[in-house]
Amino acid sequence: MTIEMPLAARPDGPGGQGVIKLAVLAVGGQGGGVLTNWIESLARSQDYSAQATSVAGVAQRTGATIYYIEMAPGSVPHPVFSLAPAPGDVDVMIAAEMMEAGRAIMRGFVTPDRTTLIASTHRALAVSEKMVPGDGIASAEEVRAAAGIAARKLVMADMDSAAVRAGSVISASLFGALAGSGALPFPKAAFEDAIRASGKGVEASLRAFAAGFDLAEQGERPEPAPAAETPAEAAGPGKALTAWNGLMARVAQFPAGVQEMAVPGLRKVVDFQDTAYGTEYLDRLQRVLDRDSADQGYELGREAAKHIANAMAYDDVIRVADLKTRSTRFGRIESEMGSQGKLMTLTDYLHPRAEEIAGLLPARLGARVETSPKWMARLDTLFSKGRRIRTDSLRGFAVLYLLGGLRGWRRRSLRHAQEQAHLDQWLAAALGYLPQSYGMAVEVIRCRRLIKGYSDTHARGHSKFDIVMQGATLVAGREDGPQWVARLREAALQDEKGEALDGALRTIRSFAA
Amino acid sequence: MAERSFKAEVEHLRQGAGSSFTGEGILAITKALLENGVGYVGGYQGAPISHLMDVLADAEDLLGELGVRYEANASEAAAAAMLAASVHYPIRGAVTFKGSVGVNVASDALANLASSGVTGGAIIIVGEDYGEGSSIMQERSYAFAMKSQFWLLDPRPNLPSIVKSVGDSFALSEASNTPVMLMVRIRSCHVTGTFECRENQRPPLTVREALSNPQRDFKRVVLPPMSYQHEHDKIENRWPAAEKFILEHGLNERFGPQDGKVGLICLGGMYNSVIRALQRLGLADVSGNTDVPLYVMNVAYPLVQSDLLDFCAGKDAVLMVEEGQPEFIEQQLGNMLFKAGSQTKLEGKGIFPKAGEYTGQVMMDGLDDFFRKYAAHLLPGQVRAPNTPQPEIPDLSQTVPIRPPGFCTGCPERPIFASMKLVEQELGKHQISADIGCHLFAALPPFEIGGQTMGYGLGPASNAAFDGGGEKRAISIIGDGGFWHNGLSTSIGNMVFNKSDSVAIIVDNYYSAATGGQDIPSSRATNASKSTNNPITKALEGAGVKWIRQIDRTYDVTRMRETIREALTTDYDGPKVIVASSECMLNRQRREKPQRNKAVKDGARVEIPRFGVDEDICTGDHACIRLSGCPSLSLKTLDDPLRDDPVAHIDQSCVGCGNCGEVADAAILCPSFYEARVVHNPSGFERWAAGLRSRVISWLQTRRAARRLTFNGTASGRIAP
Repeated sequence: MTIEMPLAARPDGPGGQGVIKLAVLAVGGQGGGVLTNWIESLARSQDYSAQATSVAGVAQRTGATIYYIEMAPGSVPHPVFSLAPAPGDVDVMIAAEMMEAGRAIMRGFVTPDRTTLIASTHRALAVSEKMVPGDGIASAEEVRAAAGIAARKLVMADMDSAAVRAGSVISASLFGALAGSGALPFPKAAFEDAIRASGKGVEASLRAFAAGFDLAEQGERPEPAPAAETPAEAAGPGKALTAWNGLMARVAQFPAGVQEMAVPGLRKVVDFQDTAYGTEYLDRLQRVLDRDSADQGYELGREAAKHIANAMAYDDVIRVADLKTRSTRFGRIESEMGSQGKLMTLTDYLHPRAEEIAGLLPARLGARVETSPKWMARLDTLFSKGRRIRTDSLRGFAVLYLLGGLRGWRRRSLRHAQEQAHLDQWLAAALGYLPQSYGMAVEVIRCRRLIKGYSDTHARGHSKFDIVMQGATLVAGREDGPQWVARLREAALQDEKGEALDGALRTIRSFAA
Repeated sequence: MAERSFKAEVEHLRQGAGSSFTGEGILAITKALLENGVGYVGGYQGAPISHLMDVLADAEDLLGELGVRYEANASEAAAAAMLAASVHYPIRGAVTFKGSVGVNVASDALANLASSGVTGGAIIIVGEDYGEGSSIMQERSYAFAMKSQFWLLDPRPNLPSIVKSVGDSFALSEASNTPVMLMVRIRSCHVTGTFECRENQRPPLTVREALSNPQRDFKRVVLPPMSYQHEHDKIENRWPAAEKFILEHGLNERFGPQDGKVGLICLGGMYNSVIRALQRLGLADVSGNTDVPLYVMNVAYPLVQSDLLDFCAGKDAVLMVEEGQPEFIEQQLGNMLFKAGSQTKLEGKGIFPKAGEYTGQVMMDGLDDFFRKYAAHLLPGQVRAPNTPQPEIPDLSQTVPIRPPGFCTGCPERPIFASMKLVEQELGKHQISADIGCHLFAALPPFEIGGQTMGYGLGPASNAAFDGGGEKRAISIIGDGGFWHNGLSTSIGNMVFNKSDSVAIIVDNYYSAATGGQDIPSSRATNASKSTNNPITKALEGAGVKWIRQIDRTYDVTRMRETIREALTTDYDGPKVIVASSECMLNRQRREKPQRNKAVKDGARVEIPRFGVDEDICTGDHACIRLSGCPSLSLKTLDDPLRDDPVAHIDQSCVGCGNCGEVADAAILCPSFYEARVVHNPSGFERWAAGLRSRVISWLQTRRAARRLTFNGTASGRIAP
């Protein structure tokens, strides 16, 4: 499908000469107004008449906003400027975000006959992209491809990072890119003077301007080739290390594609528990691989390596407490907050429920407690409370540290028993589709992705998982069964309540009944 | 304190004759008011003229020097009523508000004002909020001019024309004893340009002086028999006087050749778009010199019949360029041409779409159609038969997400709606009516709360049918702006008097936030010329509300949720009102950030909070985002082959409001959230104690790390060769 192109203008007609039309499409808070002021005063300083417009108000509040500037040489008497851009009639389009570039193209403001498109490739995600339970992030590649076709000249780079590195904001780097693009008939120095004349944060703005200018002239430097992937090196007590090396030797026997998932998988489960747990992981994986097939490129083994590891490293209180007290975590937060060398307090927001406490109990006792409403109510009053734990204080740290140290206990806990049972059931269900339908087995393995989150979200994930697994039995005999399972899974990840999943299931029932 | 300060720009308003002024439309309008000897100004904020109110507020000193009274009116009705000063006194007055909603609110006063007629020039500057970027329903203020018979100016959207129209409006108003509405369109308010200044004028009679010599003319009182006479006066005297003035002073303009087979008639506000379309069709040059006769109505109402018929005479066809509907002008023009027995064909709607803004493309397509039909010879060959191949650009409509405006980072209203969503998860869906203000963004994802908006301050009133109660109680939302605008009487008073068994939540963010953070009676700031710090709860008590809950920190989601639950489940069957108060974050940051930076610089102890997500604990289910939508709470794709879904991530723009942590706690979402507070300039003891703690903690960490396997290298590693 294509969008209808506007009526061709007359670039050489009496009206086509002289006026430069420039639009800025930005998200509220990006400084589109500042950029517009710079461009306008730049034009006036170069003896151009200029006019700018915007729709104020919305700009402040995170919405997509358009600013529009027209200019003509001072020699033109009383030019009549338009107050809004028209499709097919924009010379320079500045998009301050990747999807805004897409929006500009969609609205016809970027056309091959005339438009220089200057776009920042960074993403500011829209709410609709973020709230999807799965991965709802829009495809930047499609926008990039369309930009390549639609723009006469294209300047595309991450202008946001460039600005942040310079200690400024994106309006300055985009202004630099505008200068570097050569789309306006003004010298670089005039651009810089416009920044200086505005008098606010001049030095930082000029640095970001220079970065944007370079990006426009030289393009984005290719990312330094990722350092040759370092192998997963382990360190630790001798006995554990020997065991680890033994496990790695086992993985080395796996097909290459499986190894790619089995190495991080192994690492995840060993990090979660210990090397004995790693052995269990590889045993499980081996059972899958025994029934896998080279003809299928070991797809099943690869998916199993990934999802068994995720299933084995479930999110219990012990894991959360362990992760929260590691020195690597403290380091990561410090670098994220830019607080190295500074004093920092750290408060964790935790809210344990009776279920988590029961899960910590020995399996049989825990199971009894969990089925007793009286006991659960008792646990609820005792433990279920929002807790703000000061992990930087000795007391707070000690509580979490002790909890995180319960790894030795974990295997005896109710939660562990539940997780193991669920895991085995799921794996058995998947392998049950072999040898008749390899595809079904792969897709059912992948359904493990549905189980995530904590408390209610986790419960919802479980129920969605169950629904998809049931749906899978309905289409098991069909040639397109695997596609239907995949469709069900994607539907389950589309919304929180599972409306899309219900719809997909109804479709299946309509033909499978 | 308004969001945007015009203190610097306002100094330019002092410029005198001989200098030229470069700036925005709203500043030009203010300058023109001063140059025309205005005696009093007022209005009510609202896009697109919010900034005009801000300019006036920032110019209060200058206004005072000139003896001009400035009033920040309580509503548009109050603003329009203020023009009463021009009924009996020869004082020029101007008020401003947005159209068409503000005009709706003001219509009672406007109708009475129009009936009385005026002695001093009275103008209403209306920011017509129509088309792309509009935040209201699609109506035209034009209808009000017709029904009340006051005059409507719609000048060409450039600064000299806008400035001239202010003077014309005053003069026209005085010449015809009729109030004049000066309409500026959504983009004209902020259009930039240059005009030549004149000297500011003191009003010949100030409002203070008028008080010393009260005047009254019974002929202007709206009471029978005078009100019957007013109708005749409008038709027999005021209207002809207006037409005469418009003709004699050439308020409407003509461009292009005198004669032609076809002609265009457009409103002043559409002029630039028409010229642009003509330029693109090759029928006008950059300066607007055109080959097509063009009649520009800077006065949209009344139409000057003789002038229009003269323009149409001898033409095969004319095209009326009139945006919005109904097409009032086209209908009047058709009536004139028909009654005059004219042969000229009138085109308008039909060639143009009946509904929607005349964007650049619509305008060009419309003119192109018209010329092809009636004057194809005018079009250059290349336009008639374009031969450039049309490139195919991939369709992105399925890719690009919509991006409506929403709550800002750290907005105090977000936790209110998160709480409501949580209560609804417990108690089920409720009937919820919304109001006008930022809180209306709750109707969008992720909250999707609130069904109808009946008008400013009318949230609780629009639930009146449900006041009798039922199995579940109705909930209404109203902002502090709406509360003081209209809500106290129309909504709260209505609830009390009718013993409403429903719940109202007043979102108190200390400002009229949606319109740009102007002060209102309950604002917490001190304002030299306005009375602030009048608590909403006191007003509620005074109005007779017995069940009032004041929440001073909306971010306390647990308490917020409990209070809403209580309101919905209590046995009390009268009106229940929750006042949820926390300062608008946009304004708070603007106020506090400079202070905080200065304090850090001066060596004072300052804690700066920010939130974060532990990426290895977050499972990527995004439940937190479905209860937030905060711009700073976004997603991050991890470099981990085991993870399919991106995890939550809080970026640098976080202001540390605490909503995500509170929600994660109240909704028992997950343990991923943490708050980090960087302490600037800690005391010596604090540093020593922290050092001690960190040594113990790191000893424990090292101890545990030494007893387990730890890993280096990338997660996606392969086996070492």
